[in-house]
Amino acid sequence: MPNETPLLSLEGISKDFYGNVVLEDVTFSVGRGQIVGLVGENGAGKTTLMRILFGMPVIAETGGFKGTVSLDGKPVAFKSPFDALDAGIGMVHQEFSLIPGFTTTENITLNRETMKSNLACDIFGSRMSVLDRAAMRKRASVAIERLGVKLDPDMLVSEMPVGHKQFTEIAREIDRANVKLLVLDEPTAVLTESEAEVLLASLRTLASQGISIIFISHRLHEIVKVADRIVVLRDGKAVKDVPTAGTTVHDIAKWMVGRDVQASVTELSTCKENTFLSVEHLWVDMPGETVRDVSFEVREGEIFGIGGLAGQGKLGIANGIMGLFPGGGKVTVDGKDIPLNDPHGVLNSHMASVSEDRRGVGLLLDETLEWNIAFTAMQAKGEYLTPVLGGLFKLRDEKAMKKLAEQYVKQLEIKCTGTKQRAMELSGGNQQKICLAKAFALNPRLLFVSEPTRGIDVGAKAIVLETLRTYNREFGMTIVMISSELEELRSICHRIAIVDEGKIAGILAPTADIAEFGLLMSGEPDDKNGDAA
Amino acid sequence: MNRIKAFITDFGWPRIIIALFLLGLFISAPIVGVKLGPSFTDVFNRFGQNAIMVLALVPMVQAGCGLNFGLPLGILAGLLGSTLAMQLGFVGAPGFIVAILITIPFGLLFGLGYGKLLNKVKGEEMTIAMYVGFSAVMLFSILWLVLPYTKADLVMGYAGEGLRRSISLEKYWAKLLNDFLAVRIGDFVFPTGLMLFVGLCVLFIFVFMRTRTGTALTAVGSNPDYARASGVSVERMRTVSTVVSTVLGGVGILVYQQSFGFVQVYDAPLYMAFPAVSALLIGGASVTKASMVNVVIGTFLFQGMLTMTPSVINSVLKTDMSEVIRIIVSNGMIIYALTRKTKVTK
Ligand SMILES: Nc1ncnc2c1ncn2[C@@H]1O[C@H](COP(=O)(O)OP(=O)(O)OP(=O)(O)O)[C@@H](O)[C@H]1O
Ligand SMILES: [Mg+2]
Repeated sequence: MPNETPLLSLEGISKDFYGNVVLEDVTFSVGRGQIVGLVGENGAGKTTLMRILFGMPVIAETGGFKGTVSLDGKPVAFKSPFDALDAGIGMVHQEFSLIPGFTTTENITLNRETMKSNLACDIFGSRMSVLDRAAMRKRASVAIERLGVKLDPDMLVSEMPVGHKQFTEIAREIDRANVKLLVLDEPTAVLTESEAEVLLASLRTLASQGISIIFISHRLHEIVKVADRIVVLRDGKAVKDVPTAGTTVHDIAKWMVGRDVQASVTELSTCKENTFLSVEHLWVDMPGETVRDVSFEVREGEIFGIGGLAGQGKLGIANGIMGLFPGGGKVTVDGKDIPLNDPHGVLNSHMASVSEDRRGVGLLLDETLEWNIAFTAMQAKGEYLTPVLGGLFKLRDEKAMKKLAEQYVKQLEIKCTGTKQRAMELSGGNQQKICLAKAFALNPRLLFVSEPTRGIDVGAKAIVLETLRTYNREFGMTIVMISSELEELRSICHRIAIVDEGKIAGILAPTADIAEFGLLMSGEPDDKNGDAA
Repeated sequence: MNRIKAFITDFGWPRIIIALFLLGLFISAPIVGVKLGPSFTDVFNRFGQNAIMVLALVPMVQAGCGLNFGLPLGILAGLLGSTLAMQLGFVGAPGFIVAILITIPFGLLFGLGYGKLLNKVKGEEMTIAMYVGFSAVMLFSILWLVLPYTKADLVMGYAGEGLRRSISLEKYWAKLLNDFLAVRIGDFVFPTGLMLFVGLCVLFIFVFMRTRTGTALTAVGSNPDYARASGVSVERMRTVSTVVSTVLGGVGILVYQQSFGFVQVYDAPLYMAFPAVSALLIGGASVTKASMVNVVIGTFLFQGMLTMTPSVINSVLKTDMSEVIRIIVSNGMIIYALTRKTKVTK
């Protein structure tokens, strides 16, 4: 598009948090109806850049930024997200911003509710008008339909699986009448591949309707697939700005990390023959991820994958066994019965888990990294406490906590200013690594990991998967990995179970044909391979 | 310049303004003819007198139960402690110790019930706490009348039954801590015993917050879901925090009484929570985070101001403005803090 003023242009954007430079002289523009893919390592500054664009208060509170943002060729300075919304910018944040106690419809139409006037309006003015629920529901349905997904307009957000929350957020943004630019910060991180496909298709549709889109994702193949242009951020600088045509995933990865990345392929360990974890007729009442009747066995030293579409119950399995949601059935580990509905008892049985909900359950956002990593081990196993006054009582061992945190910061390459930094200030991907560190610190014999690589960059993903493999191989740790990314499961697991409608639809070898997985996920089990394992 | 700015944002404007105001009062005191020695003595006495009740708020703030407007509950336990110890005829140091020993089980009991109640109203703790405080004080106003106290200097003279509004500790343990090892320098008296006792209590909470339980409690306040997933019982920790807070509130009022010289019953406990809360907030605490430093700085600034304003301002203006200033500052501070951080849980 030569000679046309781009819809959005960012010029010389710089930003630091108390001297820690996060963005440096970033310049790029977005044309009308164009999709720009924004990529970069964890902590490269993507989210920060989008927060600047959207006028988020954190930016002003932390000292503002340098550079100019222009919309339609005119410089703009948004004082708050409301100004940005008025100017036609819609944003789907990396972390959810929905109201849990409201339904899908209410969240989508929030603040732009359709009103119905009544008698009182004639007397007291429009403030007396009431919500036109039917019309709102219709609008919500239209927005949902544009996305091409199935969502219940009347479901409460608090009861939704994460995938549905994500679609609700996007639907909310496209329900706006004047939206010109849509910013999506890792919208697909919480989606399964097939759901992501649906989303990418709807993005293309939106773009063809003239809406410009900035799309952030760590799944580089999505970027290559959907973006017209790709902007690569590395350590706060825009190092590449290229058309997508002719660019490969490998190129992007190379630009992101500044060196060539080789996917390291390690041999899978051989697991023992004995059954380590056995689950019989497990049911879990987790809203949006109900588990109805699940039975499976995991061998000692195995990496067992659980996949399936969002909302089918795969996340409920780990949460139920770990006692975080009410459930029933029989779970034995190493021959011993595991108490259900008792988080403390479970942690005491050499088990640990990494929650899929990192900000909700996984982190103490207001506390230091040291606390975040050591806390669970301290509470569950009495570690990181030091006796004082001859063992009269025990106090926190801050030194040991610091050492532990430093060890994981190094091992997992966590980007932070120090172990005393608060978890809230880390970028999304680095927060994920903290959650992993917390679980590793328990030295579990059985580890449940839910969506371990959600929101982390290619390099970090390799580190995380490699770490899981190492713990599995070196320490014989049995791992149950729950993920929406089938490819990831296939790259690391010995066997993969697919969950559908709260039941195990089948268990396959990672080498099985992708079509077979698809078949199981779609809920049309092929009886013959249903009980393959 | 940047460092000054960072310091100011760190320390907070309200604290700086109040500190400067207090400094101004100290500087102008001799000029308007107020003696510094007795003023300092007063400031220290009132600091010690109130600090423990401010300290009592900390565990609940840390556990995410908000500011303990239900502090009167703990104070009632303390009132039972001192009046019963007096009724039983204990005097002097043994009397004070017996009063503490009686206060503790009552505090535990009240705290347990209060904690159970607060667990049922998550997110609304502060409002409910306020009601709990009010109702308990009213209930006890009746009890003070009907409980079979008989000692002559406790009960109302003419009726021979029902507690007096304020009971003198003169013959019991008035100034017990204040006078213990007190150091006299000119016309300034340093209340060593009082300061030691306060120091002991601060140390107790400081250590408590560093134990496994204290750490769990803080995590519960920070993110209950995280704490639960780490095997911590959220309800239990919240109850622990209310129990500690209530017991400490009871001990706090005992210390207050011995310094003040009187035991005040009936509606007096109602007026104890607000000053404690504002002192903590002035000290820089928020609704969700409080530290020992907040307690010490806050109590010192708040009580310092309360002591100095009457003497200085009155001798300047020749009218009594102190009460007005006190009310504006203490309530203003509470409003300021509540509007800034209203979220209690998570
Ligand atoms: N409020 C804050 N205070 C201090 N530092 C911050 C704050 N927010 C972000 N940062 C820092 O800024 C850097 C960039 O963070 P940002 O969230 O923009 O990364 P990102 O590119 O979105 O990463 P990810 O892919 O992990 O989401 C990080 O190093 C982070 O620690
Ligand atoms: Mg981000």
